[in-house]
Amino acid sequence: MRGPTILKATDDKTRQLNDHTLLAFSGEPGDTVQFAEYIQANSQLYSMRNESELSPSALAHFVRGELASSLRSRNPYSVNLLLGGVDPITNKPSLYWLDYLASLAKVPYAAHGYAQYYCLSLLDKHHNPNISLEEGLRLLKLCSDELKRRLPIDFKGLAVKAVTKDGIKAMPFDEDDKVVRDT
Amino acid sequence: MPSPFSINGGACVAMVGKDCVAIACDLRLGLQALTVSNNFPKIFQYGDHVFLGLTGLATDVTTVSDLFRYKVNMYRLREERHIAPRTFANLVSSSLYERRFGPWFVSPVVAGLEPKTGKPFICGFDSIGCIDFAKDFIVSGTATDQLFGMCESLWEPDLGPDELFETISQALLNAVDRDALSGWGAHVYIIEKDKVTKRLLKGRQD
Repeated sequence: MRGPTILKATDDKTRQLNDHTLLAFSGEPGDTVQFAEYIQANSQLYSMRNESELSPSALAHFVRGELASSLRSRNPYSVNLLLGGVDPITNKPSLYWLDYLASLAKVPYAAHGYAQYYCLSLLDKHHNPNISLEEGLRLLKLCSDELKRRLPIDFKGLAVKAVTKDGIKAMPFDEDDKVVRDT
Repeated sequence: MPSPFSINGGACVAMVGKDCVAIACDLRLGLQALTVSNNFPKIFQYGDHVFLGLTGLATDVTTVSDLFRYKVNMYRLREERHIAPRTFANLVSSSLYERRFGPWFVSPVVAGLEPKTGKPFICGFDSIGCIDFAKDFIVSGTATDQLFGMCESLWEPDLGPDELFETISQALLNAVDRDALSGWGAHVYIIEKDKVTKRLLKGRQD
């Protein structure tokens, strides 16, 4: 987006940190990709040096440290992040919410920006701790429909990726792409 | 509204009892009126009988709690003993004053028992490290007004551990219910000479 103009409708706002951790970002254009790729490079460097991968919790705290020191520097990064991953040892999935102030929270579901106001209530109602991937995608469709219905500008849909213990893969999502008009 | 102390919300309180102290906090993490998480504890342990409660800007709550974990670990390695609450309070004070002209946006509360005498110790700070010693209770966070009211009416001298738990829990729970930025559950620690009890209160979830 540049003012009212859409420059790209299929911009991937995620970076893969290692085999089973994914970082999604939003915020100031420029800052976002720069910061995410800095984290990605350092995570990959760690994996190569130690022949083992950092857990999602370790990565989340590393990211927070970097963002927190940036916050009190001359020009801080304005980046909001969601970090999702599956622990390589325990196989437990986890999701971390980070905003540009470097507030870190481990959460069952999360959103940033306007999506928080539209989607968190839906997620409060329909999410349960043992939700399956298929149910999760159906719930995500509810969220996507709500965004289409309520946002005044077409936000060009969602790119969905699933992080499982077997790795990260892009999921087919909302391919018929019907216009959602009313409830 | 955009005061760094009230963006994320949160409340913390400490109380003195007979040969025991209590410290409690809420669990909310929000962005203004929006609640992001209902599992964000604000009390941290730095020794057998030393506890620190931190309210204010969430990012600084985490940064400052991590900073003190580092400092207390270094103290323990150098001195080969645990840090005493009064020593820790002075460490907190001087560490906060180091940032006099660009402070951490936190209001810390220290609670603990003196190691030799077993006497209760509580104190609070402003964000630049001015210590407020008290012999009754200390409050901090976005629900300070409400907590002062509750504590002034419920607290009395020489409460036993069980009575103290009831008093601090009722004070916190009823204070945060009158504050839109705090609540969503609570952690309560009762610290005695040979026992520390941590209880999780569910509280109102709305």
